[in-house]
Amino acid sequence: MELPLDYATLRVIWWALVGVLLIGFALTDGFDMGVGALLPFVAKTDEERRMVINTVGATWEGNQVWFILGGGAIFAAWPFVYAVSFSGFYLAMFVVLAAMIMRPVSFKYRSKRPNPRWRSFWDWGLFVGGFVPVLCYGVALGNVLQGAPFRLDGDLRAFYDGAFIALFSPFALLCGLLSVAMLVLHGAAWITIKAEEGPVTERARLFGEIAALASIVLFAAGGFWVAFGGMGFRIDGLADAAGPSNPLRGVAAVRAPGAWLDNYGRHAWMLTAPVLGFAGAALALAGLRFNKAWAAFTGSSASAAGIVGTVGLSMFPFILPSSIDPRSSLTVWNASSSHMTLFIMLVVTVVFLPLILAYTAFVYRVLWGRSTTGALATNPDLY
Amino acid sequence: MDPAVIDLSRLQFALTALYHFLFVPLTLGLSFMLVIMESIYVMTKRPIWRTVTRFWGVLFGINFAIGVATGITMEFQFGMNWSYYSHYVGDIFGAPLAIEGLMAFFLEATFVGLMFFGWEKLSRVGHLAVTFLTALGTNLSALWILVANGWMQNPMGATFNPDTMRMEVSSFRDVLFNPVAQAKFVHTVSAGYVIAAVFVLGISALYLLRGKYVAVAKRSMTVAAAFGLASSLSVVVLGDESGYALTDNQKMKLAALEAMWNTEPAPAGLTAFGIPDLKTRTTHNEIKIPYVLGLIATRSVDKPVEGIFQLVAKAQTRIESGVVAYGALETLKANPKDMAARATFETHRRDLGYALLLKRYVADPRQASPDLIKKTAWDVVPPVPVMFWSFRVMAGVGFLMIALFATAFLLVTLRKHDTKWFLVLAVAALPLPWLSAELGWVLAEMGRQPWAVDGVLPTFLGASSLSVPQLLISITAFTLLYGSLAVVEIGLIVRTINKGPFAKHDPVPGGSLPEPEPAVA
Repeated sequence: MELPLDYATLRVIWWALVGVLLIGFALTDGFDMGVGALLPFVAKTDEERRMVINTVGATWEGNQVWFILGGGAIFAAWPFVYAVSFSGFYLAMFVVLAAMIMRPVSFKYRSKRPNPRWRSFWDWGLFVGGFVPVLCYGVALGNVLQGAPFRLDGDLRAFYDGAFIALFSPFALLCGLLSVAMLVLHGAAWITIKAEEGPVTERARLFGEIAALASIVLFAAGGFWVAFGGMGFRIDGLADAAGPSNPLRGVAAVRAPGAWLDNYGRHAWMLTAPVLGFAGAALALAGLRFNKAWAAFTGSSASAAGIVGTVGLSMFPFILPSSIDPRSSLTVWNASSSHMTLFIMLVVTVVFLPLILAYTAFVYRVLWGRSTTGALATNPDLY
Repeated sequence: MDPAVIDLSRLQFALTALYHFLFVPLTLGLSFMLVIMESIYVMTKRPIWRTVTRFWGVLFGINFAIGVATGITMEFQFGMNWSYYSHYVGDIFGAPLAIEGLMAFFLEATFVGLMFFGWEKLSRVGHLAVTFLTALGTNLSALWILVANGWMQNPMGATFNPDTMRMEVSSFRDVLFNPVAQAKFVHTVSAGYVIAAVFVLGISALYLLRGKYVAVAKRSMTVAAAFGLASSLSVVVLGDESGYALTDNQKMKLAALEAMWNTEPAPAGLTAFGIPDLKTRTTHNEIKIPYVLGLIATRSVDKPVEGIFQLVAKAQTRIESGVVAYGALETLKANPKDMAARATFETHRRDLGYALLLKRYVADPRQASPDLIKKTAWDVVPPVPVMFWSFRVMAGVGFLMIALFATAFLLVTLRKHDTKWFLVLAVAALPLPWLSAELGWVLAEMGRQPWAVDGVLPTFLGASSLSVPQLLISITAFTLLYGSLAVVEIGLIVRTINKGPFAKHDPVPGGSLPEPEPAVA
């Protein structure tokens, strides 16, 4: 069957689409997780906590699907990446799952009993379910930038070197903290939009401002580290963009310190991503300071999109470089599904993604309005 | 690879999947029962039906949360623990999982929030539509995950690509309309409906026995009786057997669950009872019902049903042919342009997976002796006694459920909701359909062994190259986490049942309000 889009184009589209999904995840579930991480600190009394929880209570479930879909889409479009990364980061992935399992049950169980210790336990469940995954995503991306310790054998089976603790290198930890700062900022901005104005939003503003400053500083520090810390890989020659998905067949990759900046020299437009990362955080800072909730939220969204985008664009065409055997590195040209699968999945996505956005918007509109302590007393449906 | 890693990986998958499936079927069925209850409310506008809907909705919510939580594990576990599997068949297997996210998870997860929080913000019909979309989403997710599982049972529409060393899609239509997947979908969702019906029936019976919340309980019981009767008939009649004549592995599964060592000439009889003996490869004390197996397995009275010995002999020839394919593939790996090797590979490619079975004993299947091949051929037999007994318990419970719901239907039609002996039975029946559903998965997955994907990839090759300590940590932690959640979950369900339908949302008709919970400090 002749497909209307060629293989190389489809690979680039799917690289971009997975980026869109991950940014979608950061923008939607990102604020839920940020709210979870902030919960014990911005809200002190049970009433305040309930109010904060209900800023995301009805919608976090749909937002979380961006994460699940991210996993599914990587499986479908980049099976190599799915196979190598999740098994290579096995225990880290397990920690993420365990934390994320705490989230749905914490939301649901907390309100079922009035006992303060019961409620406090699930509050910390929500904190763990927000803070831990966000930290781990950042740490994981840090490791991806540095290259992961795996190699492929002749049957394309992956083997790994390196312990769980080795994942937490100083650079990876910096990325983890950046990720926390970025989504705490996003969560704080959300609270200022959705929660009743008062002591809670005041505290959210304070934490948000700190997080915005931290985002800017950590993003800049990360950028310097990437540029001058010896990171980077390069394909040694001209890759066959439509070649078979077999890392051992194509042109080999090599270590090339500083190469993560190459793309910006070649395509200046890509600089929009890091600029957005900084400018967004600055806008969010200003929005929080001058009590413009929507400006803050727009800024935090732009910043998150810019930061995630920067990682992807800096590495293109690499997806998961190998630190111990650069030949095994996974790139856009050697790690995708077949031409047919990429095409079919694109058709399905083009049909369903707009639908998803439309009904998600509808649900947000129906449920629009600030979460207030007054509503807690009168509406028994609330968490 | 370390055999302990494989065993532990299988154990972890079994634990997390079986645990997940304690909650999923209730979600599948209860969501549609909510649609039915709410439809009656919309049509009659009687507040009691709103109370009914909301009460079961609360229980649905508690169950839904843990279903979602444990489902997160499933989406990522293939990559974590079954890395080579994910690479080898990801081109096919990943697609239904991603489509499940796009088509089903977003739908259910986006609307479930509105379902709980939108009662005051939507019109009656609007809210019913939201409940329906949630139910539709949950059931669509079952469709896609069973398309994925059905492909593992009967891998249609895919071929091995020597250039990428993996299976790739050749016909997406075949993957989608795989008859095994379709049969599994109907069978599995029906099982979910039965579970939900038993849940509603049992709890309603409990209320009627206690003489509490009678108005709600009677109405719920009526819905459960009708819904349960239809579903229990569907789950038994549209069982999985329709796919059992399709592939060698499916035939083997049937032979194993019947403990049928030799081909049963037409018309094949069904073994109602017997004691399978692995050592002598015979079944003692068999009691047979004539004709029935032939009817189930071949939908005819004139076709034989193949036995274990005959299927093992077939497997042996397929291993021999597979070794030829493996040899050609090794040549192609060294020189992708070798046309002779490619031609040989094409001829034998559908048996490649059988050669991989030898990798449990030799690194290079080409080195296998004829004796080893003969011995390995017996690996294609799944554990016969487990299959034999699981099937009998599963199917037995299925028939019991038909009897239970036929009785319930009769009693509610005669308006004899308070028949005490039946109410006691209905409460006692509560755990049975869960047992049956779990055993159904044991049959499906154990019955597929030694394959992860029938005839394509042996399970032991699919695992990730992890270490035993890594797996021990994750299994221990999963067990502790899931175990604690189960305790909390059951506690909350019992608590919600004891508090009854008027706890939160609606005033008790003609009575005083229930005692409010003490305020929190």
